[in-house]
Amino acid sequence: MLEIRKLHARAGGNEILKGVDLAVGTGEVHAIMGPNGSGKSTLAGVLAGRGDYEVTEGSVTYQGLDLLGLDPEERAREGLFLAFQYPVEIPGVNNAYFLKAALNALRKHRGEPELDTMDFMALVRDRMKVLDIDPSLLNRPVNEGFSGGEKKRNEIFQMAVLEPKLAILDETDSGLDIDALKIVAHGVNSLRRPDRSIIVVTHYQRLLNYIVPDFVHVLSDGRIVRSGGKELALELEERGYGWIEDGEPVGGRA
Amino acid sequence: MTSNASAAASSVSHFEASYAAAAVQRASEPAWLRGVRARAASAFSRLGFPTTRDEDWRFTNIVPIAEGRFVPAEGGEAAAAEDCDRYLLPGLQGPVIVLVDGRFAPALSRLDGMPAGVEAGTLLEGDRAHRLQRHLTAHAPFDQRSFTSLNTALFPDAAIVEIAPGTIVEEPIQLLFLSSGREGTASFPRALVLAGEASQVRLVESYGSVGDGRAFTNAVTELVAGPGAVVELYRLQRESARAYHIGLTQIQVGRSANVSSHNAALGGLIARHDAVVVLADEGAESALNGVYLADGQALVDNHTEVDHAMPHGTSHELYKGILGGRARAVFNGRIRVRPDAQKTDAKQTNKTLLLSNEAQINTKPQLEIFANDVKCTHGATVGQISSDALFYLRARGIGLAEARRMLVRAFAGEVIGRMKLEPVRDLLDRLIAERLPDGAEEESLA
Ligand SMILES: Nc1ncnc2c1ncn2[C@@H]1O[C@H](COP(=O)(O)OP(=O)(O)O)[C@@H](O)[C@H]1O
Ligand SMILES: [Mg+2]
Repeated sequence: MLEIRKLHARAGGNEILKGVDLAVGTGEVHAIMGPNGSGKSTLAGVLAGRGDYEVTEGSVTYQGLDLLGLDPEERAREGLFLAFQYPVEIPGVNNAYFLKAALNALRKHRGEPELDTMDFMALVRDRMKVLDIDPSLLNRPVNEGFSGGEKKRNEIFQMAVLEPKLAILDETDSGLDIDALKIVAHGVNSLRRPDRSIIVVTHYQRLLNYIVPDFVHVLSDGRIVRSGGKELALELEERGYGWIEDGEPVGGRA
Repeated sequence: MTSNASAAASSVSHFEASYAAAAVQRASEPAWLRGVRARAASAFSRLGFPTTRDEDWRFTNIVPIAEGRFVPAEGGEAAAAEDCDRYLLPGLQGPVIVLVDGRFAPALSRLDGMPAGVEAGTLLEGDRAHRLQRHLTAHAPFDQRSFTSLNTALFPDAAIVEIAPGTIVEEPIQLLFLSSGREGTASFPRALVLAGEASQVRLVESYGSVGDGRAFTNAVTELVAGPGAVVELYRLQRESARAYHIGLTQIQVGRSANVSSHNAALGGLIARHDAVVVLADEGAESALNGVYLADGQALVDNHTEVDHAMPHGTSHELYKGILGGRARAVFNGRIRVRPDAQKTDAKQTNKTLLLSNEAQINTKPQLEIFANDVKCTHGATVGQISSDALFYLRARGIGLAEARRMLVRAFAGEVIGRMKLEPVRDLLDRLIAERLPDGAEEESLA
């Protein structure tokens, strides 16, 4: 599904990613953990095509495509989805209108007929229930005036509607109370499928109690310094990131 | 005398010649109007064209107009029904008055089936000129404003709408001012709207071009809202990209009357519009909304002036601009609160979206407050499309061009949403989506 090799990226004149190697197979759930500032969002942003970063070295292959050569919208149309750590407020753009435009852009790319408003609303109502989303959210401008929890749920709701092949969730858990966390985790779990891969980026182990990963990686100072199974997350929770940062780096995949 | 000054002087005398040539037409006009025109002509001779040394024209150089040697258009068979269809709002059944180069085009107009209490037509039809003395030319100050004096001296006819007291007009009334767009011609559209006490009416004034020659439009509209009248006036300026357009909308708002003036400036190489609202009596209320769109080398200038003359007046104003290419815009919002105008509530906002690095805006509030118990706020912002928002949309699969279009429409939507007439909202949304300024497609801000 995804193969990242020796990825180096700069932002604002600083090297943030310093040689990331990671391979994600079809249907796998990977967790990327790491201290604040270690480059987790940078990695997610580089994968989604955010313009703030300059890739200086390395390659990313996604479903046989040179991912870094694609525009952000092309990546999305190929089935890549980023749930933003900080979803963007877009005043004046209606949430339903936006999501319908996005879905139809994807469908068009896949050679499927565009959905009309009725079919779209039917699909959306169905997905909203799973995430316990207030239907009025659809008629509000994208993320504007949403609470932190509403924004995160809206991201997963979008994921449920757009049905990506590879979803990257950037700290979708942060700022959520335990009830909201459970709803979001339930939403993500309901989207787990053998042909869909998920990368869960998180600072805390807590989310991984609900979304159980196949693999856990620790990102520190722009490198993956340790990889393991789900027990690695528990170990991190107990011993803190200091333990990793002081330890011997271990690259690559578990 | 500098060469510039002498060129300006010769262009003034050029229009003086036009005035002399129109003497035949004036001969049939009532004496009061002939007198007004003579005073307007001499005011124009005295004032000349404004230059960038005039504070009100500092950023708007109209030398191409002053030295353009424009000849008043003859009118005639310059427009057809298809030309009207390009500019009239679809789906409206109400009266339509079409003036081509400032002259009435009866075949293109729709004046049958006039609703009760509505008088609509033109100055030269019937004997309107005799009974309009109190209002026609009485409000737009032709002794102070150069272009207003020029229009007042030269307008060949005028669209006149009179709403009888207490009349509620259901269907919006459309005034269409077409410029033939013939190379080197000038036209002087004129309109007067009188909304009687407690009447309600919506009017749509559209300005369009038939051809796309270098043509000059100098328009003046006077609107008088009687006590308790509720009026919505939409002004949609959509002339060609080579047109020069100078316009004044002069609005008198009576006691407890409510006037909304909505102004879209979408066309012209140089387009200047002054919206002047006089809250002439107690409890008068006004909304001023504007949207302007310019690209290429165009210059769009909006000057607004709200004159709070009496207590308990309200004025809320929002102008939003979208600029691409090397376009320039000027916004100047004057709010005057006279000593008597206690309890005034005035609010003014100007926001501009720059779609290219070469586009520019000069924005300036001008508050002149002479009363102490008032609420006056103003604010201006200038920004670009948010790269975060653009990335967010693209990350969901929406292409760059469409994402930009969505964000621009959303920006304009804030002010378009304040316009109550749905066909106007639909039209403006469509025109803006269709005509995103130069460079919007290729220049990536992501
Ligand atoms: N656009 C940017 N410009 C400059 N520095 C950035 C930018 N984005 C991130 N950084 C820096 O890169 C480092 C990693 O940030 P980030 O990827 O957000 O970390 P994490 O998500 O792991 O907390 C931080 O030091 C941050 O300040
Ligand atoms: Mg982060």
